[in-house]
Amino acid sequence: MSIATAFEIMLAAVLLGLGIWTIVVRETFSATVGFVAYGLLVALIWVRLDAADVALTEAAIGGGLSGVLLLGAAARLRDAEPMAEAAPGKLLRATAAALSVLTTATLAGTVLLLPDPAPSLAPASVANAWATGLSNPVTNVLMAFRAMDTMLEKVVLVLAIVGVWSLAPDSAWGGRPGPRHRADPYGVLAFLARLLSPVGIVVGIYVFWTGANHPGGAFQGGAILASMWLLATMAGLADAPPVSSRPLRLILVAGSGLFLIVGLAGLLFGAAFLSYAPALAKPLILGIEVAMVLTIATTLGLLLSGAPERSAEPWAP
Amino acid sequence: MGTVTVFGLCAAAVVGLGLYGVIANPQPLRKIIAFNLLGSGVFLLFGVIGRRGAVAGIGSDPVPQALVITGVVVAFSATALAIALLLRLFDTAGPATLDSDAPTRPRPDRFGG
Repeated sequence: MSIATAFEIMLAAVLLGLGIWTIVVRETFSATVGFVAYGLLVALIWVRLDAADVALTEAAIGGGLSGVLLLGAAARLRDAEPMAEAAPGKLLRATAAALSVLTTATLAGTVLLLPDPAPSLAPASVANAWATGLSNPVTNVLMAFRAMDTMLEKVVLVLAIVGVWSLAPDSAWGGRPGPRHRADPYGVLAFLARLLSPVGIVVGIYVFWTGANHPGGAFQGGAILASMWLLATMAGLADAPPVSSRPLRLILVAGSGLFLIVGLAGLLFGAAFLSYAPALAKPLILGIEVAMVLTIATTLGLLLSGAPERSAEPWAP
Repeated sequence: MGTVTVFGLCAAAVVGLGLYGVIANPQPLRKIIAFNLLGSGVFLLFGVIGRRGAVAGIGSDPVPQALVITGVVVAFSATALAIALLLRLFDTAGPATLDSDAPTRPRPDRFGG
């Protein structure tokens, strides 16, 4: 057994241990912390699977942003903890365990019996990379070969934010999401936010820009930008905008809107919906990506802030 | 035993764990976490299959990679929506529970709405 395999087995074992901890531990807060650690380790596995783009996304969104979201919810629901309902009966748990073991066994059997040679679309994506002028195959698939998926995913983001905002009580309708964060303006958090945000914004834009040719892209860069926004909000340096703001809403639909316009233009002047003329492919893709990174950063940040809870009036200290 | 087998089996186990958690954990937040675990296992399976599709120059089939990136973002937005629903339930009905027989503690709506 090589050292690499031993490392992989250890990584998988720790990951499974964290997964089990997340499911069986009594306190919800501990489960949340376990899940955050799990999310970061999963990113390592994606690196081992030679999928650096996914690793970046998983670390930024799966580990980072999901962690903040779940920890915030766990903290707010903590008062409800003593009211936690009785554990489900033995029969239900035994049935659930049997079902889970069956599912795992089926999947494990499938993994062991996968066909050889494995089917792959990698050669096709390399052979057609000339059409876009980008050399990162994942960005090519996201923005060109399966652009429809990416466009519809932007629509999902808009729908999610509409869903979250619809949960606002009448008095806060169109107001600012989440509680106003107060932090010591000379404290550690505010210092960190002042120090880290500029660096993080540059890193986010770099990760976005380099996505054309190297691992990175609009999703990863957008997630980093969103976390910097969140850091400034949590440190009390900035306030979440009121959701009734028109510029904000325009940014939220910019990604899917521009994608749709370019797609329809392809239908009118080109071969098909979302087809790019090869000469224009790179500028078009970059333009859509710029709109997308703004939309993704804003949407992720607002999804984390939650439903509006305060009226839109500016906060007076 | 190679990378594909190790992480493939691990992903299968994670899916089973998540499924168990979704059914057996009574608290809604725990169900949401377990559902995310399940989803992460499915993504990993996808990644393992993509890794098998590696050809010279590319370490992993880019199509599953792109689909997983889209999937991670969609899973995050669904989680955010689920948590917003849960917090609203907690704010309006007291203890957040999925048990329809539980006594709801009518609290004065702190938003006056």
